[in-house]
Amino acid sequence: MSPLTHDTLTSRPAGTAETTFDAPGTADAPDASAAGPVLALHDVRITDRVTEREIVHGVTFELTPGKAVGIVGESGSGKTLTCRAALGILPPHFEITAGRIDLAGTDIATLTPRQWTDLRGATISAVFQDPASYLNPAIKVGAQIAEVIRVKQGLKRRAARRRAVELLGAVRLRDPELVYGQYPYELSGGMLQRVLIAAAIAVEPRALIADEATTALDVTVQAEILDLLAELRERTGLALVVVSHDLAVVAHLCDEVLVMRQGEVVEQGETRAVLHDPRHDYTRLLIAEHDSYGLDTFLAPKEAS
Amino acid sequence: MTTTAPEAKDAVREDATGSVLEVAGLDVHYGRGRKRRRALHGVTLDIAPGEAVGVIGETGSGKSTLARTVLGLVPASAGSIRIAGEDVSGYGPRQWRDLRRRGVIQYVFQDPLRSLDPDLTIEESLTEPLLIQGVRRQEAALRARSFLDRVHLTTDLLDRLPGELSGGQRQRVSVARALVTEPRLVILDEPVSALDSANRVQVLEILKELRTSGVALVFISHDLGSVAGTADRITVLYQGELVETGTARAVVNQPQHPYTRLLLGSAPTLRGKPADRAEREALRALLSA
Repeated sequence: MSPLTHDTLTSRPAGTAETTFDAPGTADAPDASAAGPVLALHDVRITDRVTEREIVHGVTFELTPGKAVGIVGESGSGKTLTCRAALGILPPHFEITAGRIDLAGTDIATLTPRQWTDLRGATISAVFQDPASYLNPAIKVGAQIAEVIRVKQGLKRRAARRRAVELLGAVRLRDPELVYGQYPYELSGGMLQRVLIAAAIAVEPRALIADEATTALDVTVQAEILDLLAELRERTGLALVVVSHDLAVVAHLCDEVLVMRQGEVVEQGETRAVLHDPRHDYTRLLIAEHDSYGLDTFLAPKEAS
Repeated sequence: MTTTAPEAKDAVREDATGSVLEVAGLDVHYGRGRKRRRALHGVTLDIAPGEAVGVIGETGSGKSTLARTVLGLVPASAGSIRIAGEDVSGYGPRQWRDLRRRGVIQYVFQDPLRSLDPDLTIEESLTEPLLIQGVRRQEAALRARSFLDRVHLTTDLLDRLPGELSGGQRQRVSVARALVTEPRLVILDEPVSALDSANRVQVLEILKELRTSGVALVFISHDLGSVAGTADRITVLYQGELVETGTARAVVNQPQHPYTRLLLGSAPTLRGKPADRAEREALRALLSA
């Protein structure tokens, strides 16, 4: 496995594509390789090699272009490990011990570190919970995005700068020029997460994993980020894996949902079907949380179960 | 805008002076000179005995300042506070300490690990407030057990340390500890935010049960969704001011202030109508204008 960290993943996405982010037709004219799923997990099992305990007991899903899959579960349910496996950044001594993951049609087990570098950022990218920890506090945020573009797309300094400002605008930051020259400490959590999303989409990945990307944010800011993800999906055909402890966040955005508990997928299906007819007690609990205590208490007439 | 909603009449209201908490025209400032910033402005809030009120606010809204001011941890720069009829507005630190010691007003904070002494057993944590009041040890132990039962915990936890409990169990112990002096008012600052779903549901259920016990509850939270189903009334704090107050149902179904509308439109729900991005966009523009 390559010695890449989260940091390298988000701040230096790899890739060679040179089209602009808003290129018309990106969404509706996929090339031949885009026909199949961007990401496919088949019965993926992950084992901690130190304790020899299996931590993730078989996850299967397919992410086709423009689709959104949600994974719901508590911390420790294995949802983050599953994502990291798909990104090729499992922590040391964790290993995929069964099943397979295909990224744009290639079994990731066969990838060399060099090939991984090409795929990350260009095919698959990610944003995580605490945006501040993925940025260098001493470098202006714009420069950190421009560096990615310069290194990975080979653009000249000025072109990279222009492109970075463009990306900051694409993630709906109000004054992209101003934000470009600001340091991370000058930005709010919601703005930082936008900056990270800008970096993550800089080389136009086909899939983006958002792992608890809105958990630390205020509700209104969370909605802004979720709106942004939905917009990117519509506009560019970006496929999403949305990971959250909150079923409502996932329900809001995803076509399909997986409910994980203690490393196991206890429920999986079309979002509407899962909400309407949950099979597992744990899913029922997640639904009850909203129906009995949350806003849903007022929004919907109680359905007879 | 911040007076008691007429719909709250089903709550156990005694008379005009029977409020457990009366806050009027409260201003709080932090800092001095040019760095002086206003954290709360003109906050007026009236809480009847046994009432459950949710105070909703996001980062920087002043919600934690409100909690701390009402607990005497932050001084007010203007306005008045009455707790169970007692005017505490001019109280100094010693008088506040004395008031808290009497256990009329109690609090539960977000992080249960930090609000429980890690070196005290659960039994010691629960009996301590009573022993301070001069309750005899045996009587205190007895009450500790009964309150542990109220929060659905078993007595075998009594000789454990907080570190040996799960986050949800710890938060329930914090709730029991707040109740053990039989306060008139408990202020809960983000009581379920740090908990996972299973524990969140348990704590919310306990809080719901408490609504019939006569103690008034104030839930302070950034998340309208997490308190909507548990509160009789909701009040919304925005940039240091209360912008909307009403029954939970009225606030959720007919929000008046644009910020309340944005909050509601932003809170993820399972069965609400599909979120309208354009509407949220318009509200954001309206608020930032």
